[in-house]
Amino acid sequence: MKRRTVLHLAALPAALGLFGTAQAQFRVEISGVGATQLPIAVPRFRDEEKAPQPVSAIIRADLERSGFFRPIDANGVALDESARPVMADWRGRSADALAAGSVQRLADGRFDVRFKLWDVVKGSEIGGQASAVDAADLRLAAHRIADYIYEKLTGDKGVFSTRIAYVTRGGGRYTLRVADADGEGGQVALNSPEPIISPAWSPDGRELAYVSFESQKAVVYAQEVMSGKRRPIANFRGSNSAPAWSPDGSTLAATLSREGGSQLYLMDRNGGNVRRLTSSQAIDTEPVFTPDGRGIYFVSDRGGGPQVYRIATGGGNVERITFGGSYNISPAVSPDGRTLAFIARQGNSFKLHTLDLSSAGSQPVPLTDTTDDESPSFSPNGKLIIYATRAGGRDVLMTTTLDGKIKARLVSTTADVREPNWSPYGR
Amino acid sequence: MNSTHHNHLPRAALALLAAAVLAGCASTPLEDTKAPVESRSTGAAGGAGAGGASAGTSQSKVTPVDLAKTDNAMMSNLPRIVFFDFDSYVVKDEFRSTVEANAKVLSADRKKKVTIEGHTDERGGREYNLALGQKRAEAVSKSLALLGAANTQMEAVSFGKERPAVQGSDEAAYAKNRRAELVYR
Repeated sequence: MKRRTVLHLAALPAALGLFGTAQAQFRVEISGVGATQLPIAVPRFRDEEKAPQPVSAIIRADLERSGFFRPIDANGVALDESARPVMADWRGRSADALAAGSVQRLADGRFDVRFKLWDVVKGSEIGGQASAVDAADLRLAAHRIADYIYEKLTGDKGVFSTRIAYVTRGGGRYTLRVADADGEGGQVALNSPEPIISPAWSPDGRELAYVSFESQKAVVYAQEVMSGKRRPIANFRGSNSAPAWSPDGSTLAATLSREGGSQLYLMDRNGGNVRRLTSSQAIDTEPVFTPDGRGIYFVSDRGGGPQVYRIATGGGNVERITFGGSYNISPAVSPDGRTLAFIARQGNSFKLHTLDLSSAGSQPVPLTDTTDDESPSFSPNGKLIIYATRAGGRDVLMTTTLDGKIKARLVSTTADVREPNWSPYGR
Repeated sequence: MNSTHHNHLPRAALALLAAAVLAGCASTPLEDTKAPVESRSTGAAGGAGAGGASAGTSQSKVTPVDLAKTDNAMMSNLPRIVFFDFDSYVVKDEFRSTVEANAKVLSADRKKKVTIEGHTDERGGREYNLALGQKRAEAVSKSLALLGAANTQMEAVSFGKERPAVQGSDEAAYAKNRRAELVYR
């Protein structure tokens, strides 16, 4: 069974003639269905049409895209957090859960967003929240409500209020952008006439490290997202690339060619105290820290073709991790350290795979039916992987569940999109 | 795109160069006799500094500057691209003359500096391709060093697959993109 839904989030407020709507850069396409989908009703929040964001529509889209929820039609229902919903009616509509709320403009210009969540089957209240936010944070407020609902009903932490960083190329320019995890509300972090690759969020979600070619060579920078303040981290002779943060944010790993060849180095978060980690005659690149900070997965062609290896951050023996195929690159580790995502070449196609690291001898599992997958990155709850691929002749971003069953496509309407990196929790 | 960096010579340097060439011309006797003589009297008398013309000279005269007589001649004729086979970092025999010519330039003038930019075709990951491009650039750098260029004159860098010479997803395009470019600074 396969299903495809296209949600025109941006079109909603525009059609209703609302004000101040930030122009959306993406629409969302979902394919595949989870094994179990919880039917939930989220009627329009009271007075949300007076706010610049369609709060309940954002919540519904978040829940649907996760693959674990099926929105129940609640058109025309007037309900808010103070209501006493008639549960029999909602059971009659086949809803297992119900969320209702309101959006009220405050005298200081902020918006008071309130909601309540009910278990329709049990006929009981699960909980609710209220928060006052700036108009610019209304999408964030909606995502946080979706996170609350997701966590209460699935037991897992939601990632709707997290962000993604990615690079677009269009009109001869390269732009590093930061958007909500649903691909909406994108903002420009860096604009350059030269390529930008390999953005990496700091563990506190405040900085992005990346590689910029603005000085006609690869240099690693770090940039504070809120202030735009940036600083070079690695600008040595040769190429400087592939930045990765240690889980505690104190250390960066990067690939430097300053002593010839591409080798892994560790350095302090400001680029000081540079020390060499690997010493091979081969290419060593694409480092990523294990969640406990003790090890680094990386790509090396020391055995011929590129494969994923592991080394302790203190150096020492190198252990080979991937064996199948002749070309395995771009490792990403799940937050629990148990799953490796990477790109494997098969013939002329490059496909996203996962490998179970917790059991010896496990085989790689392909997750996609596309052929130009790149740059996988885990959501902070470990339930989704975002990656770049090509579809319809352009570079696009997709998310997939770890079993590959539910995919969402974040479709840019303006440019080629690539190099996604999923933020940690918090902003 | 990035093969014309000598155009970025400071204006002052170009002016000096031009002056030097002109001075060189003026010092040869033959040229001397033909050297234009500015006639202020005519201009002053006619009161037409802008429109007046005197015998033997024209205000439309243009004095040619021939860069072929300068260092730039050698530079502008210098081959600057080395192409590579698929998955290869070996500088092929057919590019030996390219490397030799560049090594000669660098050996002759130790003040000259060159950046060797490695590139790959579009297939594969961005970071791995960056490392592959670096390997190509370093292969050319080593060949230059063997022929007398100093390491301090060279920097090997890579653009990976980020800056293809030509667009396209066929072998013809790939072959043009697997390259190292020598860019003089």
